[in-house]
Amino acid sequence: MDFQTVDWAASLLAILPEILLTILAVVVLALDAIWPESRRRKLGVITALALFGIALIMLIFSAPPEGELADQLLLGGMIRYDILTQIFRTMVLIASALTCLISVDFARLGRRGEYYALIIIATIGASLMSASADLIMAFVALETTSISLYMLAGFLRGDERSAESGLKYFLFGAFASAIMLYGLSLLYGFTGQTNIYLLAEGLTSGRIGDLPVLVAMIMIAVGFGFKVSVVPFHFWTPDVYEGAPTPITAYISVASKAASFALLMRFFMAVFPSYDAVWVQMLAVSSALTMTLGNVLALAQKNIKRMLAYSSIAQAGYALMGVVAISAQNGAGMAAVTFYMFMYTLTNLGAFGVVVLTSRATGSEAIADMAGLSRRSPALALAMTVPLLSLGGIPPAAGFFGKFFLFNAAVDANFVWLALVGVINAIVALYYYLMVVKVMYVDRSADEEKPIAISASYRWALALSAFGILFLGVIASPVYNWALEAGRGLLF
Amino acid sequence: MELTIETLVFAIFSIITLAGGLGVVLARNLFRAALMLLVSLFGVAGLFVLLAAPFLAAVQILIYMGGIAILIIFAVMLTRGMVRAHKVMNEQWDVAAFIALVAFIVLLVVIIQVAQGDGAPLPQAPVADVTADPTVSLGASLLDPAQYVLPFEVASVLLVGALIGAIYVARDDEAE
Repeated sequence: MDFQTVDWAASLLAILPEILLTILAVVVLALDAIWPESRRRKLGVITALALFGIALIMLIFSAPPEGELADQLLLGGMIRYDILTQIFRTMVLIASALTCLISVDFARLGRRGEYYALIIIATIGASLMSASADLIMAFVALETTSISLYMLAGFLRGDERSAESGLKYFLFGAFASAIMLYGLSLLYGFTGQTNIYLLAEGLTSGRIGDLPVLVAMIMIAVGFGFKVSVVPFHFWTPDVYEGAPTPITAYISVASKAASFALLMRFFMAVFPSYDAVWVQMLAVSSALTMTLGNVLALAQKNIKRMLAYSSIAQAGYALMGVVAISAQNGAGMAAVTFYMFMYTLTNLGAFGVVVLTSRATGSEAIADMAGLSRRSPALALAMTVPLLSLGGIPPAAGFFGKFFLFNAAVDANFVWLALVGVINAIVALYYYLMVVKVMYVDRSADEEKPIAISASYRWALALSAFGILFLGVIASPVYNWALEAGRGLLF
Repeated sequence: MELTIETLVFAIFSIITLAGGLGVVLARNLFRAALMLLVSLFGVAGLFVLLAAPFLAAVQILIYMGGIAILIIFAVMLTRGMVRAHKVMNEQWDVAAFIALVAFIVLLVVIIQVAQGDGAPLPQAPVADVTADPTVSLGASLLDPAQYVLPFEVASVLLVGALIGAIYVARDDEAE
């Protein structure tokens, strides 16, 4: 493969979203400086609209180049612009737009330009992560996302839990990055290449023994394990999720996780195809442990953010099942992961959006304090029920198809035991998701007469997420076919 | 391996780096640990010179020693009680030492295996243009759209983000 010729039009189109995002970050910072405090509430709405706009522009104007691998590797092989990139970018852009919408009225950060600028920078990183085809690019993109998120997690200055969250996230994240970087540098040392496809050629040449490659692979897997918080690298998740400002918790749980999954699939498919017997088993065990532990621990939680944190660990376990199913070599596993992350993005943002509003109204994040929500605000209770049903995998919410595709892919790949563990887990998980629904609809509270005000941006965000979940739950095939195309693109 | 000037210099700088690193981990006083970090970073700069990468060596000295290590020392000195703190914070050092030892042995085996290989020469990096001035080719490759321009530009976005965050964290509340 030769990267020396530069196709300017294709290269610039491929990074068009990142270019527009960078401009947007500058504009937001400038508006923050110019506008008085009273007008800055619009910052979040403007950012969200611009992010939706960028997603639309990308989908309409910048289609991935057709053809072979070499045509899709752009800018010196730093990125591969294929359908997988496009679909995960769409996901990340939607996630950050919804995050901005549910931040608007959040005390002490909704009116800050720095806050939105950092979200945009994190989005640039996440978007490039899903496109990276080079060790250097992947690491820079990963750190761009992570460093912005460390600061966002600790953004509420003076709030001890937020500071703890930011610091813990930073320490664990830096540690994971260091281990991963060690693995990446070993790979570079073995082959002298940083491009993942050239690197794979070097590894299969047979000059490097199995042990060195496995050591590098395990180190890289540990790094990814931290980023997507799978067992046994999940310890940071509950504390970070609980302490971070709620919109950021939502963002971490979807955008950073989705982008990490995209990179994980691309990386393992490209670099270690000849070692799949090892890493598929490794990921299968991790997937089973992650689902089980996440769900069991979620059962006991009293705090809604902690419960959603453990639930998101469990959800990462389900999604990992699709990565395991890669071994079937038909693209269905990757398509299932992609579809799952797509619906999970909408689902978790919806759930956390409601948590933002209820915790502001009740001043508490306890599940018990959501009692009587259906009487205080029927719309809000419904906007919470739809994501919870989706997380639990009940039709007509999208989570049903999400889980169905994953279990199906696992069975096709001869991982029937893993699919069984998944089904049992899904049933256990239903208990705590439905528990919240019961609290909202059945339990009574003293404040039932006080309605909860929902401003327009929240109404839009929650409506969009609920609509998206139901839409994907009824008509899953367009997005699934898109994902299947993306999955097949990774096989070669 | 025969003894040449290069291997001798390599040995000296390696010893400096490793001794400094050990000092960082073993020093009970945080301030001394920070000073040992300087020593270790200096050793790494020497290794860069030996690898014919003078630019990286200069960057190592200017940024790591002159910037980061000095900043750490300032932070230690300005934080009350830290200079005199002698309490050992790492109570689980024996566990850590064991894990480090295992990791070291594994990596040693890996490196020996790769180095011995089957006698085939180690692959060359794709952009190794040895005849050109390394600093010039480094600069050119960083801005070459067929090489590293994208990560280079994204790194600048990353730094802007870090700067914004640092200013936000450090700013006085009165200024709001």
